[in-house]
Amino acid sequence: MRGDELLDLARSPLVLLLITLGGYQAGRWLQRRTGGHALAQPVLPAIAAAGIAITVLDVDYADYRSATELIAFWLGPATVALAIPLHRQADRLKGFVVPLLVAIVAGAVTSIVTAVLIARALGADEQLEKTLSAKAATTPVAIALTQSLGGIPPLAAVFAISIGIVSAITAPAVLNLLRIRDRRARGLAVGAVSHGIGASRMLREDETEGAFAGLAMGLSALAISLLVPVLALVLF
Amino acid sequence: MIAGLTWLLAFQVLGEVIVRLLDITVPGPVVGMLLLFVFLRVRRYGDDGSIVRAGSALLRHLQLFFVPAGVGIVVYLGMLRDHALPIAASLLGSWLIGLAVVGWTAVGLERLLGKPHDDLPGPAGEEAP
Repeated sequence: MRGDELLDLARSPLVLLLITLGGYQAGRWLQRRTGGHALAQPVLPAIAAAGIAITVLDVDYADYRSATELIAFWLGPATVALAIPLHRQADRLKGFVVPLLVAIVAGAVTSIVTAVLIARALGADEQLEKTLSAKAATTPVAIALTQSLGGIPPLAAVFAISIGIVSAITAPAVLNLLRIRDRRARGLAVGAVSHGIGASRMLREDETEGAFAGLAMGLSALAISLLVPVLALVLF
Repeated sequence: MIAGLTWLLAFQVLGEVIVRLLDITVPGPVVGMLLLFVFLRVRRYGDDGSIVRAGSALLRHLQLFFVPAGVGIVVYLGMLRDHALPIAASLLGSWLIGLAVVGWTAVGLERLLGKPHDDLPGPAGEEAP
């Protein structure tokens, strides 16, 4: 029964890992080809390829998840490594520490509360509200927070990535409309509400904006992690 | 590379231990990130150290590591469709309000503290090119 054997092989961790890595490589190729367009995030072709593959091959998501544990494992150490860009940019802070910290905390509270309340006003259930609450944090943190809160981690990942892409495309124009002209504040605002994907756009606009967006991403991840459990007591 | 990865895992474990001891819902890796940041600052850690080399290599492919989580979307496509309006409104509304609050707070406080910056070309109040 060669057909059955081939199908078993196609559903093996080996092939599922190959499809995931292949999709990611295709995404990186697309990103290079488009000169780093904000829509061309390597994660999207990778999720699409793996999502289509497990649907066609009729693989349970739980089985796919354990087959690719080898990849997902590195999310933790990579999150720890976010301290590195923070450390590199810490010297740019002189004379801006107070506005920065206050703005980050205010932004974290606003992001969490408005996301939950808007969803609630439009009839979302509690699980969905929880899943939306951490969407401004960098994706690995949004996933982890949603998990400990009792939301839906895969959706949290998609929400965080989506808002990152929206921000990467529109943020500079929106900041102009909002009359925010200080490059440090511009970078800060984008990093605080749309993490690394937003930050990568600001880095292409201007080095200072990019550095502050990266810094804001790290600090906001921290602020949102600390504030989500506290605000959850009030909101849910 | 392995030395750097060992350090990163050690900080993650330390973060997980603290989270469990204090019984808080902050993710362990986030506490690990905070501890590593303090460590790098205190040691004045250079760009050529093993932690920076291993960590930068991981960060270059950060997106790859959340693909397995993201693929879970296939299970929730129906839910996304059923709740498209609250999801879209919550994501966009909260993003816009957050952007304005962070930007205006930072600029406002700078003005209060007497150190305003205007970095964009053209007179204030006009659209930047």
